[in-house]
Amino acid sequence: MLDDFMVRAALAGIGVMVAAAPLGCFVVWRRMAFFGAATAHAAVLGVAISLALSISVFVGVLAVCLAMAITVTLLAGRGYAMDTLLGVLAHAALAVGLVAVSFLTHIRIDLMAYLFGDILAVGHADIGVIWGGSLLVLGIMIWRWQAILLATVSEDLAYAEGYRPFRDELLLTISLAIVIAVAIKVVGVLLIAAMLIIPAATARAFSSTPERMAVGAGLIGTIAVLAGLTGSWYLDTPAGATVVTAATILFALVNIAARLKQH
Amino acid sequence: MSGPLIEAKDVSVKIGDRRILDHIELAINAKEIVTVVGPNGSGKSTLLRTLIGAIKPDKGQIKRQHGLTIGYVPQKLHIDPTLPMTVRRFLNLPRAHDQSTIDLALQRAGIPGRANDAMTALSGGQFQRALMARALLDTPDLLMLDEAAQGLDQTGVADFYKQIEDIRNQLGCGVLMVSHDLHVVMRAADRVICLNQHICCQGHPEAVTTDPAYHALFGTDTDEVLALFRHDPHQHPHQETESTKETTNETPT
Repeated sequence: MLDDFMVRAALAGIGVMVAAAPLGCFVVWRRMAFFGAATAHAAVLGVAISLALSISVFVGVLAVCLAMAITVTLLAGRGYAMDTLLGVLAHAALAVGLVAVSFLTHIRIDLMAYLFGDILAVGHADIGVIWGGSLLVLGIMIWRWQAILLATVSEDLAYAEGYRPFRDELLLTISLAIVIAVAIKVVGVLLIAAMLIIPAATARAFSSTPERMAVGAGLIGTIAVLAGLTGSWYLDTPAGATVVTAATILFALVNIAARLKQH
Repeated sequence: MSGPLIEAKDVSVKIGDRRILDHIELAINAKEIVTVVGPNGSGKSTLLRTLIGAIKPDKGQIKRQHGLTIGYVPQKLHIDPTLPMTVRRFLNLPRAHDQSTIDLALQRAGIPGRANDAMTALSGGQFQRALMARALLDTPDLLMLDEAAQGLDQTGVADFYKQIEDIRNQLGCGVLMVSHDLHVVMRAADRVICLNQHICCQGHPEAVTTDPAYHALFGTDTDEVLALFRHDPHQHPHQETESTKETTNETPT
């Protein structure tokens, strides 16, 4: 019943969730939702640069996202209000990206594919890149989990116990850039933040520890990917958007169930 | 274990253009309870945060004894409601401890049997005790408390400081406290430091209280002591007795 391209799509989606789940939890806990969305917007500039220089889109997007993430982290440390800073940089990068793309008259580019992703067009090489990036981020998350979690609870506690919270936060930001770069093909610029936040927010309703929430987010995300792909197959709807819609339905159901259980 | 646990050498801190700490010389020894008192905005919290390394001094340096373990209890700690965190998980952050160690720490801190409660479900006083339990887990060489008695009622505060003394006696650790809760703090401390950007004065509380200069400074009852700390931050009452007398007549807030 499922074609080969559907299997590849499922592998790509689950690959993104492997990293997006633990990372999404930190995005939710640290109230970085806007940060994720803003970095993703900057990815459009990365696409334009990659096409102009004829380099891999993954590399271009990764470079721009990293530059954006590091700039924001450094500037935020100097007393600029985070949301204003993100608002300026993200939309500037998006606008400059769109302008830059319009100059590339000799290249036909399907901007929609980058804004909304094209999970059904994922090839074998893409799956390699996605899983490579995701496993790298998962590795970083596992390696620095306790330190980043402590810094999330309190930077001062982290300092007092000999950690360097600033370094761990930078690592978190870099991981976010990597996930955005690998996920752009799957769900696109506009929906990446959704895959970070919705599964994590859903898992919150039934988790009593941070670790359970991270694993729960992975499970919810995987179910959303499989349900969304199946739904798009039968309903002939855009795959990436259907995956996010499936995640949203799960979010609603789990939260209603949790409320009912309380009463 | 010779020499001070932690030492501030000629430390000055600026935040933005504002000078918060000015030429601080300070050393905390093992088994010593030191209390820092001072009015709001005198740099008490900044001093602690500089000592733990969260703020870099722009002049001077902080020297820590090699391998020093610090148990830090911050003034405020906000755990985002989206972050599920039981008391047990909080105590096991960043390192896991066995069940009996956790139970003992909770008992010592006065919240036995709360390990499975969510941190966000605790009352202000219980939350503060959970912070304390965590700070005590790894038997710190130095315990640092920033307004740790916040959220406790009057008897709770007295018990709390009694407990600090017990902990010092049991663990043999140094204690550095910051507080505006003068009368209780004075009773528990071996040494009191009066901070107002710079160190105005310091000494053993009993020795200090028999000193006539102290009476000029702090008055004789605690209301006056508290009133003192509403003084103009640019005046230093140990030098300007006249202005001190004026301020001691004010009622404390």
